[in-house]
Amino acid sequence: MKNKFYIYFFFFLFLKITNSFSQNLDSLFNDPPKSQETEYATATFKTTRIILGHSVENPAKNELLFTISHSFGQMNSGAYQLFGLDQSTIRFGLEYGINKNLCVGVGRSSYEKTYDGYLKYKIFKQSTGKRNMPVTINLLVGTAINSLKWADPTRKNYFSSRVSYETELMIARKFTENLSLQITPTYIHKNLVPRIIDQNDIFAIGFGGRYKITKRLAIAAEYYYLIPGQTAKDNTNALALGIDIDTGGHIFQIRISNAQPMFDRAMITETQGKWAKGDIFLGFNINRIFSL
Amino acid sequence: MKTIAKIFIISTFLIHSAFAQKFITKTGHIRFYSDAPMEKIEANNNQVNSAIDFSTGDFIFKVLMKSFEFQKALMQEHFNENYAESNKFPNASFKGKITNLKDVNLSKDGIYNVNVEGDLTLHGVTKPVKTVGTLEVKSGKIIGKSKFYINLSDYDIKIPNTVVNNISNKVEITVDITLDKLNK
Repeated sequence: MKNKFYIYFFFFLFLKITNSFSQNLDSLFNDPPKSQETEYATATFKTTRIILGHSVENPAKNELLFTISHSFGQMNSGAYQLFGLDQSTIRFGLEYGINKNLCVGVGRSSYEKTYDGYLKYKIFKQSTGKRNMPVTINLLVGTAINSLKWADPTRKNYFSSRVSYETELMIARKFTENLSLQITPTYIHKNLVPRIIDQNDIFAIGFGGRYKITKRLAIAAEYYYLIPGQTAKDNTNALALGIDIDTGGHIFQIRISNAQPMFDRAMITETQGKWAKGDIFLGFNINRIFSL
Repeated sequence: MKTIAKIFIISTFLIHSAFAQKFITKTGHIRFYSDAPMEKIEANNNQVNSAIDFSTGDFIFKVLMKSFEFQKALMQEHFNENYAESNKFPNASFKGKITNLKDVNLSKDGIYNVNVEGDLTLHGVTKPVKTVGTLEVKSGKIIGKSKFYINLSDYDIKIPNTVVNNISNKVEITVDITLDKLNK
């Protein structure tokens, strides 16, 4: 009798042991500790512009981004002008990802018939884990060339007079899945300025951010502060408020701003509109990515 | 007492052979494929973790969503940001059982048809899945293959109206894994 009991006991024990093995399948795949892998922040912003100014995002390698930007006229221009809707200025631009860090962009604005071109290079990417980097940093160098006919063709005009340069450092952090903020110190150089007292070298700091309300809808704000000088005296700092809509195929950005031009030099240093007076321009960007 | 010793020794041998019945891989392959009128989307994951315990028929799949690779970078970004929400739900898993375990003979090379039943957890939603597959016993390795379909809507993954012709709600999942014996 005692022997039988032991047989049953050990058999029961054996069954219990083999049963507990199946629960251990899960434990075979413990995630590696966070400190061994680097996780990079992705999609800090939905596209390569926050509203009017650049964001730290670049198109991916072999991706072509086509952007149509549109600014209407001033909203305080009255009902006859349909509150600005009757006038329109435009910029179309292309951006191409050369590799995952470097992209090249070109554009053409109706404002002074300006051609602009730039290179953007992602120097640092925000990450956690093995490699800790609190921000994404992107560097832009670019140029803008106005192609208007000379005001006085009889005098000696130089091509360099049409040209301005800019360089800016975009520093952004994705704080949460919904909130991203960016600071953008900017330097602009204009070869030719109207008066002696006007600055050829202008510094500004951009502040921008976006907050995602749903997976596909975000609100954005952007402000460019001109460092005190003649330019800051004669112009107004550009402030824009916008909404980003991601339809899956396109990113629509709708905005209101006291700045009408859609490329950096003019937007940052030649804006005269004042929000308080109603010099506000409605505008939008349509961004579409093509994978080449 | 002699009987007890005998039983104890036999039990330890049996336990040892139970250990030897676990097979594992960390480089399994899963492909998902969506066939919609305007676009075909394909993604491959070659880092699937999977294990089968042949003493009970239990198996597990653990899939890191961010390891799915797409041909187009933007697709991969949309997949992780908008559809799978990989930051919220980093892993998908399938835990289940081979219901006809007795039809599989580990000691004989060959291809065996298996019926599997289990719970698939994707995007934070768990649903029962019942399907068939094959297990091939070949030189000490097990090659598991299966193809089944899931509806994205079952797992709370919404497809916006604007891309309804680009992304199909019914997605084809193809599993292809080669497992090695786990030697502890």
